[in-house]
Amino acid sequence: MTDLATPPLETTDPWRGFHGTAWRDRVDVAGFIRANVRPYEGDSAFLRGPTARTTALWQRLTGMFVDERRRGVHDVDAATPSSITSHAPGYIDCANELIVGLQTDAPLRRAILPNGGYRMVSAGLRAYGYEPDPRVAEIFTKYRKTHNDGVFDAYTPQILAARKAGIITGLPDAYGRGRIIGDYRRVPLYGVDRLVAAKRAEKSTLDGAGATPDVIRDREELAEQVRALGELVTMAASYGYDVTRPARTAREAVQWLYFAFLAAAKEQNGAAMSLGRTSSFLDVYIQRDLDAGRLTEEQAQELVDDFVIKLRIVRFLRTPEYDELFSGDPTWVTECLGGMSRDGRTLVTRTSFRYLQTLYNLGPAPEPNLTVLWSPRLPVGFKRFCAQVSLDTSAIQYENDDLLRPYLDDDTAIACCVSGMRVGKDMQFFGARANLAKALLYAVNGGRDEVSGVQVTPPLPPLTGDVLDYDTVRAAYDRVLDWLAGTYVEALNIIHYMHDKYAYERLEMALHDHPVRRFLATGIAGLSVAVDSLSAIRYAAVEPVRDGSGLVVDYVTTGEFPTYGNNDDRADAIAVELVESFMAKVRRQPTYRNAEPTLSVLTITSNVVYGRHTGNTPDGRRAGEPFAPGANPMNGRDRHGVVASALSVAKLPFEHARDGISLTTTVTPDGLGRTGTERIANLVGVLDGYTDAGGYHMNVNVLTRTTLLDAMAHPERYPQLTVRVSGYAVNFVRLTPEQQRDVLSRTFHGST
Amino acid sequence: MSVPGRLHSWDLSVGVDGPGTRFVAFTAGCPLRCLYCANPDTWRMRTGTPTTSGEVLANVARYRRFIAVAGGGFTVSGGEPLLQPAFTGALLAGAQDLGLHTALDTSGFLGARADDDLLAVTDLVLLDIKSWDGALYRRLTGRDLHPTLAFARRLAARGTPVRVRFVLVPGLTDEPDNVCGVARFAAGLGNVERVDVLPFHRLGAAKYGELGMRFPLAHVDPPAEDLVARVVREFRDAGLTAA
Repeated sequence: MTDLATPPLETTDPWRGFHGTAWRDRVDVAGFIRANVRPYEGDSAFLRGPTARTTALWQRLTGMFVDERRRGVHDVDAATPSSITSHAPGYIDCANELIVGLQTDAPLRRAILPNGGYRMVSAGLRAYGYEPDPRVAEIFTKYRKTHNDGVFDAYTPQILAARKAGIITGLPDAYGRGRIIGDYRRVPLYGVDRLVAAKRAEKSTLDGAGATPDVIRDREELAEQVRALGELVTMAASYGYDVTRPARTAREAVQWLYFAFLAAAKEQNGAAMSLGRTSSFLDVYIQRDLDAGRLTEEQAQELVDDFVIKLRIVRFLRTPEYDELFSGDPTWVTECLGGMSRDGRTLVTRTSFRYLQTLYNLGPAPEPNLTVLWSPRLPVGFKRFCAQVSLDTSAIQYENDDLLRPYLDDDTAIACCVSGMRVGKDMQFFGARANLAKALLYAVNGGRDEVSGVQVTPPLPPLTGDVLDYDTVRAAYDRVLDWLAGTYVEALNIIHYMHDKYAYERLEMALHDHPVRRFLATGIAGLSVAVDSLSAIRYAAVEPVRDGSGLVVDYVTTGEFPTYGNNDDRADAIAVELVESFMAKVRRQPTYRNAEPTLSVLTITSNVVYGRHTGNTPDGRRAGEPFAPGANPMNGRDRHGVVASALSVAKLPFEHARDGISLTTTVTPDGLGRTGTERIANLVGVLDGYTDAGGYHMNVNVLTRTTLLDAMAHPERYPQLTVRVSGYAVNFVRLTPEQQRDVLSRTFHGST
Repeated sequence: MSVPGRLHSWDLSVGVDGPGTRFVAFTAGCPLRCLYCANPDTWRMRTGTPTTSGEVLANVARYRRFIAVAGGGFTVSGGEPLLQPAFTGALLAGAQDLGLHTALDTSGFLGARADDDLLAVTDLVLLDIKSWDGALYRRLTGRDLHPTLAFARRLAARGTPVRVRFVLVPGLTDEPDNVCGVARFAAGLGNVERVDVLPFHRLGAAKYGELGMRFPLAHVDPPAEDLVARVVREFRDAGLTAA
């Protein structure tokens, strides 16, 4: 970037021209945004394309992606356990980068982060042809216990059995738990010195609190937070920057913010390393520099493009088994755009547009996971641009700002896919999913697994008789769900106790207020299978088929029954009741650190693996077939179009599923209208209508089957083809063939 | 007043059966036997589900809010809705009472059965003019073209907005003279908002198999993109909005 004639920066006040006072006296980024945001109500005409520098930098990386896709990883530093300061500075192309900083000393070179679990590290290395370093192995098997070790010390036989049977899957017990969003904006706004002072002040409030275990832990954590902030300063200094002071320019603001995020990614291999809500914060700095003539629009876009390039190359070393669950190497660098302020103004700024523009300047990509907080009251220009981006790239997702704001106020961000939290004020203990479809089969079989025949729950009476009776099944199901909720929350409590103990997110938590509000985020999978199966039992006749040992292994269903996904209250009411009752059971469990329990209806791509581990179900689904993702109706059973399908999902009560309800929708371009303009207007209409109806989340894919089939046959032609799965997006060509077939089998809402 | 009728199915569609998101009631039964028909399962009235306008409208009402927010309306399609004019009229009137924009999707062959009361509650007609040449029209549909043209003129005289739908079938309807004839006629009416050129497709072929029938155009390929573009251009050249 060429320097414009400007006054010397050393003499300028970093907060020059900023409005408001309250945010100056205490750490309050939300207050800063409300006082300084410049809402933008116009259209996308001001946006600029990529500069030659941006394109060259991106092309240098895309060449490396080809090799990375082929081998699984590009490179690994197997000898250096990652910390904020572990690696020397790394560059893509030092002279041509506006924003600098890499996780290790070279781009796409993955780090090892053994604190979460050494097994994941060694298995990950071996899977990709690297030999674990003997010194590292010795340290983490002999001298330093990991989170993973601690968890397995404390698991009960019941938890192990549930985990093995696949009725509880995806527990974050082998690596970082993730889904914690540091308020990375605090670093540019206040500078690290000020944040350290604030942390020390928080710690001093505990001075007279008595040395109970809780207080001792808080004091130790706050001390670690201060230490991590110091390491952030050291790391930034190794790149030549002084982040002890606030950022003075837009470029510094982006750089400071990125360093903060980077420090978190160097320290934690979190299941989701979400960014938060940064665009309209950075817009204040960009706008100030634009107004002062320090920056042109082209340069502003270039800064955003460069930042997004960095976010696109965040990598963690994981195992092929992990990829099978969550394909395409997701990191969930989720960034929230848009939304409304509590005072009725929009929080859309020009920089919200600039972030979306990266999908054109750099081409479509799954990361960062761009998430629009949608409200029908958003400015029409922004709504239309979002719809345009969805039509062109299928790369963005939508969450209901009108549901989130009353619950979490107007500085909320999404971690991972659908988990809302107030930035810097809330964190969550993330925890996988319970398989509700399998639990229904356990109800019939008295807690024996329908695949292995093993008794997983404490023995319960198996159901007898030739035709299943709804009330009997529902009562037995209730008992299994009681057991499931108890076992599940117990597992999560153990996991998070150990994670705090052995793999505490020092830097991310340093960018939260103390005390922080904690959620315990449970989840469910197989909702639509369970609902349709219960509907079949209730409205049709379901005969169990028993094997020689009396185990029910199949079902013969005769007669019609209503299915979830058609806005039919008979089926949808079962779904609502199931979500409410499972959440009620979760609420009854004691939680680690008194976290507030929440629930999500979200599977990501694990619907495929969950389905593989689940036997025949009374709805007619065959053993091993994938579930529908998230809260989706089962593929092909939603027969009245996208709106009826979405309205079924919108009935699920957000107050009992506060961690989010995910709907993934695929429409063909023709299924939205005949011309581009019409399709944009119609998609905006559908999003408005769905949001107004209380729908929480929607992934929008605008695709044809033909495109996906062609991409399966010729992956080399579609390196950037992006599809939304459940809560995140992937490069379609990086999915396993089984997952590709699952995407293809989903309902495409079209024009015929 | 609730009127009995036979319904084939219902659907919520977006941007396909008139503007925006629409509740579409597909009535059962059609007097035409179009060679390219994608929905032969809608031909016979007696295979439809017996229902009443009240029952259908109760279902429509559940989408009123969504449609109001999203933009859109209610469309009665078929089959041929004017085969059941009283039922169709009651649906349109009821939908309009719900505050919804209303559309009638018809071939126009039974246009004479649409009385003025029915047209008074119809905000838009999606008029399927399949050909300009009477002989070709008969070959395509088995019926006479004149009633459709007469209906089109009546709509023009009333000032009812019309969207013309033209199914483009390679080798059948794609002759420039045929297109030009439809285009000139449509342009001369004065009430045609736009022309939708609908490329022929074979997605209905499976339904013929299920019904034990032969799909007469099984051998015809969908039109190439440049043919679609040519026909759209020909409509535009006549001064019409076309897509």
